[in-house]
Amino acid sequence: MKRTIFLVLIAIFVVMGLAACGGQKLECTDPIGCVEVAPDEPILLASSLVISGPNTELGLDSQYGVEIAIDFRGDVLGHPVELQPEDDGCNAEGGQTSATKIVSNPQIVAMIGTSCSGAGVPAAKIISDNGYVMVSPSNTAPSLTDPELHEAGYLRTAHNDKVQGRAMAEFAINELGVTKAAAIHDGDPYTEGLASVFSEAFQELGGEIVAFEAIDANADDVIAPLTTIAAAGPPEFLYYPVFIPLGSLITKQAQDVEGLDGVILAAADGVQSPSFLEAAGDAAEGMYVSGPDLGFGNEIYDKFLTAYQEKYGTEPTAPFHAHAFDATNMVLDAIEKVAQQADDGTLLIGRQALRDALFATSGMEGITGTITCDEYGDCADPKIAVSQVQGGEFVPIWP
Amino acid sequence: MSQRFKNIDYIGIVLWLFRAAIVVIVVWGTVSKLFLGQGNAYTATDWIDFLVAGLAQGSLYALIALGYTLVYGVLFMINFAHGEFLMSGTMTATIFVALPLSASGFLDANPILGMLIIMVVAMLVSVGVALLTERVAYRPLRRAPRLVPLITAIGASFFWQYFFRGLYGSALVPFPELEVLKGEWAVFGIAVLKTRAVVMVASVIMLIGLYVFIMRTKTGTAIRAVAEDKDIAALMGIDVDRTISITFATGAAMAGAAGILYGMVFRQVHFFMGFVPGIKAFTAAVLGGIGSIPGAALGGLFLGLFESVGPPLFLEGLGIPGAHQLKDVIAFTMLVLVLIFRPQGIVGERLAEKKA
Amino acid sequence: MSSQLDLRNAARVGLLAGVVTLGISAVGMLESFDTRDLIVGLLTLGQLVLFSAPFFAGYRVTLGEGKSDVGPAAVGGVVAGALTAVPPIALILLTLAAPNIRNSLVNVSPELISLLSLGASEVVGSLLLLVVMAVLGVAGAMFHILPDAIRKPLVSGLGWMLGFAILSEVSLNILRPVLGRGLMRALFGTKGITPLLAAIIFVAAIGLTIWWSKNGKQRYESRKAAMSEAQIKQSRRVSIGVGIVSLLILPIILGTYLTEVVDNVGLFILMGMGLNIVVGFAGLLDLGYVAFFAIGAYVMGILTSQGALGIGHMSFWLALPIAVGTAVLAGVTLGIPVLRMRGDYLAIVTLGFGEIIRVLATSDLLKPYIGGAQGILQIGKPTIFGFEMVKPIHFYYLILAGVGLAVFVASRLRDARLGRQWMALREDEDVAEAMGIHLVSTKLLAFGIGAAFSGLAGAIFSARLSSIFPHSFNLLISINVLSLIIVGGIGSLPGVVVGALVLVGLPELLREFAEYRMLLYGALLIAMMIARPEGLWPSPVTKREFHAAEEEEAMGGAQ
Repeated sequence: MKRTIFLVLIAIFVVMGLAACGGQKLECTDPIGCVEVAPDEPILLASSLVISGPNTELGLDSQYGVEIAIDFRGDVLGHPVELQPEDDGCNAEGGQTSATKIVSNPQIVAMIGTSCSGAGVPAAKIISDNGYVMVSPSNTAPSLTDPELHEAGYLRTAHNDKVQGRAMAEFAINELGVTKAAAIHDGDPYTEGLASVFSEAFQELGGEIVAFEAIDANADDVIAPLTTIAAAGPPEFLYYPVFIPLGSLITKQAQDVEGLDGVILAAADGVQSPSFLEAAGDAAEGMYVSGPDLGFGNEIYDKFLTAYQEKYGTEPTAPFHAHAFDATNMVLDAIEKVAQQADDGTLLIGRQALRDALFATSGMEGITGTITCDEYGDCADPKIAVSQVQGGEFVPIWP
Repeated sequence: MSQRFKNIDYIGIVLWLFRAAIVVIVVWGTVSKLFLGQGNAYTATDWIDFLVAGLAQGSLYALIALGYTLVYGVLFMINFAHGEFLMSGTMTATIFVALPLSASGFLDANPILGMLIIMVVAMLVSVGVALLTERVAYRPLRRAPRLVPLITAIGASFFWQYFFRGLYGSALVPFPELEVLKGEWAVFGIAVLKTRAVVMVASVIMLIGLYVFIMRTKTGTAIRAVAEDKDIAALMGIDVDRTISITFATGAAMAGAAGILYGMVFRQVHFFMGFVPGIKAFTAAVLGGIGSIPGAALGGLFLGLFESVGPPLFLEGLGIPGAHQLKDVIAFTMLVLVLIFRPQGIVGERLAEKKA
Repeated sequence: MSSQLDLRNAARVGLLAGVVTLGISAVGMLESFDTRDLIVGLLTLGQLVLFSAPFFAGYRVTLGEGKSDVGPAAVGGVVAGALTAVPPIALILLTLAAPNIRNSLVNVSPELISLLSLGASEVVGSLLLLVVMAVLGVAGAMFHILPDAIRKPLVSGLGWMLGFAILSEVSLNILRPVLGRGLMRALFGTKGITPLLAAIIFVAAIGLTIWWSKNGKQRYESRKAAMSEAQIKQSRRVSIGVGIVSLLILPIILGTYLTEVVDNVGLFILMGMGLNIVVGFAGLLDLGYVAFFAIGAYVMGILTSQGALGIGHMSFWLALPIAVGTAVLAGVTLGIPVLRMRGDYLAIVTLGFGEIIRVLATSDLLKPYIGGAQGILQIGKPTIFGFEMVKPIHFYYLILAGVGLAVFVASRLRDARLGRQWMALREDEDVAEAMGIHLVSTKLLAFGIGAAFSGLAGAIFSARLSSIFPHSFNLLISINVLSLIIVGGIGSLPGVVVGALVLVGLPELLREFAEYRMLLYGALLIAMMIARPEGLWPSPVTKREFHAAEEEEAMGGAQ
């Protein structure tokens, strides 16, 4: 009896297999393979962002950005777009595992991620070696797009630390005319990178770095390090390119430290988000924040914020949702550009063609500015804007 | 026996070298800082600022450490979830009480009453979470080997952290700032931030209150009896389960109050806020001598001071860059040093075999 | 009839199930689970969770009663099921009363409410939910009083089907290269399995269960009973051989992603073996075990990196003994100051040591040497006879060899003189010393050997990732390793493997729910320790101790 059941099962399988094989075929001519999306199948994207652990709000916020971009887009070439969210854990092993999982599914077209540069390094290698492509909304480490280290399938919409740190130094020296500055980082690659680049550029432009201090990211009391900085100068300009929790802590406590009362505060896009303004309150008034020109007041972004609030019940909790939104649109645009469509709706997406299309992205209008990719995958608008917090809002003032 | 002594000697020498090395580093750093002018030139006010910041932070650690010490005293168990009790109460009270009160203007109109309401709500929620945790995750394991409840405590810690994250979201919640607590007070000519002064005074009051509760009341006596020997206490007619629950509740209430003070000083709360202070408080409890209430208080203060004064004093003196980043290194090295000199902590009694 | 009491119990169980459902809903888990199909088009994970609550409440109510009658069971089921619905209904009505509640409870979204009210409007939906849950409660109660002959096959059919659907990732990855695309699409959706596959599994499981209980079990047992001593020995040898062969071909079956997961599990097994020596054998509670892992990884990184930080540019095999040796050295160095500390003092000092290493790795102080926050890049891959190991499958064999070595060493040590000394130390330090055991060397050996395995794991970890950052070496790793050896069964070698599979492998397969992974992980730790405090696969000694404790308790001998 068992054997009969077995045979029947095999027969069913064979019939189904044959049925699925019928129909007209598109030929895949891409050197590194194609994704075939059947008529009733969705186009599958994956994300690998940090959605567990202490940095959760950063990655979840970006993931929401991706989801909203997909919602806004609707169907692409007659197919719905589906997201498979993965977790990069904000560490190298998380990046490796999630990337391995993604490349083991041949239906996934591209990946949005990773959140953290540390996760991005191994992920970029695996994604590239397997012919996939990734666009990171928040990796900023220079090494990822370094001509010697760049992996073929890696792009990002976030600003390279080299660009952003330098922009702030130029702004401080040329616009504000300060000569003595201090920088703080919290041991995260992003903040450490920005603080170092800023310090180098600031000194190069003729300024003096009176203190370069580090704080443990878990610290709650920042009075002691701030006192140290005050005693070292005191500086006229305090640059702390950290994330929201520590950023708002420093912003609020800097006023309480003697010698820092008149200091100019400045941070980077790690705090460029409404929830920072809410958390820091009045203390943030007058401080400078570098980052992409989010075009507050811009139509898409307003629509985006409304959708975000409606769908997730909160204001954006971190800054990189905008980059994630742009990254997703970049990918979807590229898919629309390169996908071949059969009469029955089957799509064939060449992986090399998709990569080429992504690297060829040029002049795309996104929330974060005009997106143009260079050959090493840096796509962010080279224009770094510096905004000032005025009346509880970011107001772009430079350039 | 003779062989044993020989070995102890050999190890003793290594330990002495270790102590000497740390002492030399500390003294060298301090001397080159204070007398040779290495690093930044601090004024007396700066040093006072470091001290006050350390004391304020330390009194918070002390309050949290009490919960560890109390629970450890009766159950000999490291309650890893203690920091989460703090977080749960603080987050809930901030979101449902402090923010609405502040928005309606009530808080600024009646700061003392308002803060008291917030604190009581936080304490109640913390107590609720603590009792639930004790009932579900610890009580069934009372007779199990001690590592088993440690694991459930770790599990409870993760559970509550991510439960409350799911409930309230992962965003930072600003804690309302009181108008009356802006600025500084001059105490004996020393300018102290008002929030810090309040934290220190409140902590001292709570510590004394707790001490009186444990030493002078009937319930406190019951707790001490259970800590001494559960079975004998039961024979004496003490309801052991109930007493243990009360101990958890007391510790959690302290944590809830500490959480609100924490919110007052740092003006922001989030779901991860309990984890690191929890570990620091555990360190403080051990530093002072785990199981002892004055020990927890002293341990907390010392830890706060080490963290605040240590980096500028001797790390900078040694010319180390980014000195404040290394405050945890100092804290834990000091812990090791203290424990080498006094394995039972600063004021702890020599623990009997079964307790250690 | 004590129907009064029954109802009270039913009400309690029902409310409890309801509160749990409320919690799962309010943290957003239900909504997130609802996006995951189990059986495409028929059942999502969210629906399963929502509807199993009243079902189990009903089932649970009848559980204590033995095989009760239909009538009282039905009443109990209705009460339990209906009360399960009350807390979620309260949540639905709360959103009507306070539309702004979402400002505080961010996950109470319109989607969640519509899910809870089964797609209808709030009020109608609430009533609908009440009715549906009451019916499910009755179904649960009825299910319990079904005769075994029907219930057992049903349980196994449903269990296999749902288990398969929840872990569809595993079968998907195994079958993808084997089956054609058309077939795959007939059996699997983008998430979850198709109704066809569900039906096949359901029918097959029921068929097999019936067959097994009818004659399979008998036949197996009679054959087993007929075996002679030699045959038993031989069959054991055969199964060991089969085990080894299947370990060797495992990655080929599993495919890339699952092999990667197994690699992760393997590294944790390796660390677990080491920590098991320190905590399980010698009873020294170490909460900073990650330190040696980090040291192994960093030494390997610095010695083999092709980047700017690399010194020596050694090969993996040359650097490996140095990395392990450095870890051992660190283990012994840590061991000396803590020699006289006991129990929880030791725990906090080791925890501190782990934190010190992590902070130092991040610090600006050591940045010129080990990269600080920017980590070490371009770490060399191991090569064998000119063949470079890059893929998960290559590392699988490397890790397998490491684990094999660790198991061998640990099991030999356990049975050797040293192992018995450790165990004497664990039971009572003073008595052990009085017996002439050399405390210093025994303890230092435990720390050193434990650190060696961790250093080995770290070195492989570093080569596998090609880049390391201080972020990877946090307290969570120490906690994870400690949890897995205790969940597996303290002091037990197979326990380490089981613990790693459950605590590292399982969460990895549920990666898509990362948002709630830690929440589930925490709940899992609590549940497992309460259900089996001695661990999933305890060592014989622990088992005996637990039984002894139970007997004592039964005899009324306290303490």
